[in-house]
Amino acid sequence: MNSSTALSLATFIYGLATVFYIGHFAFKKNKLATAGFWVLVAAFVLNTAGIGLRWVESYQMGYGHAPFSNMYESLVFFSWTMALLYIFVEVKYKEQGFGVFVSPLIFLAIAYASFDPGISSKISPLIPALKSNWLIAHVITCFLGYAGFAVAFGFSLIYFVKPKQTAENTFLGRLPSWDVIDELTYQMVVFGFLFLTIGIITGAVWANSAWGKYWSWDPKETWSLITWFVYAIFMHLRLMRGWHGKNLALVSIVGFAAVLFTYFGVNFLLSGLHSYA
Amino acid sequence: MKNQDTIPRQIWEFFCSVKLTVYTLVLLAVTSIIGTVVLQNGTPQQYIDLYGKGGYNLIQVFSIDDMYHAWWFLFLLLLLCINIVVCSVERLSLVWKTIFPKQIRFNPDRFLRSKKKHTFFVDQAADAVTAACESWLSKQVGKVHKKNQENTWMVYAEKGRWTRIGVFVVHASVLLLLLGALIGAVFGFKANVRIDEGKQVGTVFAAKTRQPIQLDFLIRCNEFAVKFYDTGAPEEFRSNLTIIEDGQETLTTDIRVNHPLRYKGINIFQSSYGTTSAGAAVMAITDNISGQKITRTMQVGETITLPEETGSFQLQGFLPHFDFRGRNLGEAFFGKVTLKEKEAFQIGLPLQFPTFDKMRKGRFSFVVTDFEKKYYTGLQVTKDPGVWYVYAGFVLMILGCWVTFFMSHQSFLVAVAPSKDGGTIVHLAGRTNRSTQNLNLKLTGMATRLENQFKKGESI
Repeated sequence: MNSSTALSLATFIYGLATVFYIGHFAFKKNKLATAGFWVLVAAFVLNTAGIGLRWVESYQMGYGHAPFSNMYESLVFFSWTMALLYIFVEVKYKEQGFGVFVSPLIFLAIAYASFDPGISSKISPLIPALKSNWLIAHVITCFLGYAGFAVAFGFSLIYFVKPKQTAENTFLGRLPSWDVIDELTYQMVVFGFLFLTIGIITGAVWANSAWGKYWSWDPKETWSLITWFVYAIFMHLRLMRGWHGKNLALVSIVGFAAVLFTYFGVNFLLSGLHSYA
Repeated sequence: MKNQDTIPRQIWEFFCSVKLTVYTLVLLAVTSIIGTVVLQNGTPQQYIDLYGKGGYNLIQVFSIDDMYHAWWFLFLLLLLCINIVVCSVERLSLVWKTIFPKQIRFNPDRFLRSKKKHTFFVDQAADAVTAACESWLSKQVGKVHKKNQENTWMVYAEKGRWTRIGVFVVHASVLLLLLGALIGAVFGFKANVRIDEGKQVGTVFAAKTRQPIQLDFLIRCNEFAVKFYDTGAPEEFRSNLTIIEDGQETLTTDIRVNHPLRYKGINIFQSSYGTTSAGAAVMAITDNISGQKITRTMQVGETITLPEETGSFQLQGFLPHFDFRGRNLGEAFFGKVTLKEKEAFQIGLPLQFPTFDKMRKGRFSFVVTDFEKKYYTGLQVTKDPGVWYVYAGFVLMILGCWVTFFMSHQSFLVAVAPSKDGGTIVHLAGRTNRSTQNLNLKLTGMATRLENQFKKGESI
């Protein structure tokens, strides 16, 4: 098996997991959620294998670099981090009702990588600016941050689907309660915030060793800082102003919009130093 | 406080409000977008072309052409700093006694009111259970405090009180970062310089103002080399530099992208390169009448005789950017052709267009097939004495965030009360200043372990 087969299979199986979770949401069968979980784990294993194989293949081709160097590789890794975080949350908090809101995001990222003709999946050599030990630390931390915010975004959506008071046995009653969503959204934002902070910092230290400036107000840097500001606002509103529920969920959604713009918008709409991913 | 309405007090209140923090952060986030959409540090003409005269006036008034250094943006940052200082002083004075108490006190009612407390029955005497709980809690959490209240033993332990300081560390780190940036802006510089291979310089030019900056040493570029992958993408840019101080060569080293040279507080980075001049060129000359083709290696300045004594050709020089009728044709050689009984004329030989001279339709056509490149290396030269403050800020920010978000002050209470039938009722409850979800999970685990201990009949 080579990396592209593994990743195509992973895409397909993530899609299957999404179908199971949607089925659970629609038909209220717990077995479907359990099945969804195990299918998701299987896809995650393939995703991991795909990334690992791609790493090995790049060495075989003589380029030898971690698979974090372009849009395709970053999207595949983004799915991987989201899946990892989601699996952790489901195992730790034993809540299955979230799956329907998160699994589509995991599937969409990797599917976008595979199906958009504008995104090349070719393994290409590293340009000089990317040849640094900071590459791995920077990419991993940034994408763990993005994943935290993506999962928080999925959780925040529940507020707009489920009313605060719902009878236990109704269609929406099986979704987690507002208290649980509130707590978990916060946990995910906190996780994302810590890793985004480390991601920006590793990026700054790297920029200082590559270009001699730790901060140059490049669009990517600026947008990551804007994202950081939005989530800093989120924390202050929640911890110091007592915001909860829908209002706070809106801030989390705005924050995720900023994440998406930092990730995609900057590359497609603005120009700057950070043109690889 | 009596004098709540005095003006200093009102100002203080204004600066320590979290509303101000939120508004400032919102303004910073929203205005930061401008600089990513509007061209930064462009020329006046660029702005007039893009936004018209009126637009350019507006851009000048608000310094949007360099908005991250505009007065109003710096004012927002200053506001944030004052806000952080005032808030931290205010809150630290309130929680100081909580973080560093003279004596640990606890209020059992606060714990026992919790809905998430765990309660179970033990078929043993209260005294034995209390002793067992005390030793268990001290192992699980830490130092135990105990008091008797209405015939119930309250056994209390806590950990992580110091983690309450984390949030202050995070805010201090922001101040440290900005202080570092300020020091860098005032005492440092960012400059560029181009050095031809074999040449040396002692002066660099500030990136923004183009003002010359004198260095305490000379930098010589011995060699520049660029390597490409098979795909044509660049693999490596490398400059071999020598530092010359007081006439002595003190250091010779290679620099590459991501591998700068740091010398006496000055950082030297590889940032660009180009061809500055050429050595020998291989010249292919075709006689368009006879079809005869000759190849010669020529030095710049050298003159050769053309076939059949028809004239001569002098290779005059090299241009990094050959301008042909307003178009930049890139690197090119130029030379002078002198044919017998005709006026001499100049020709350009752009390297990217080998058939260029053929289109002139002269007797001879000239092509440069190969040449010896002389590069210049483009270096970024910076000095930033503030960078260590910034890095210290980075470290503090990561540590502070970790402590604030993933650690918490947790306290636990075991209440042991004798029941009427000679057994004992045990309650376990906990409190925290952070994630209650995590605490509840932890409490569930603890309660199970504590109860099992009594079931097994173990006594510790």
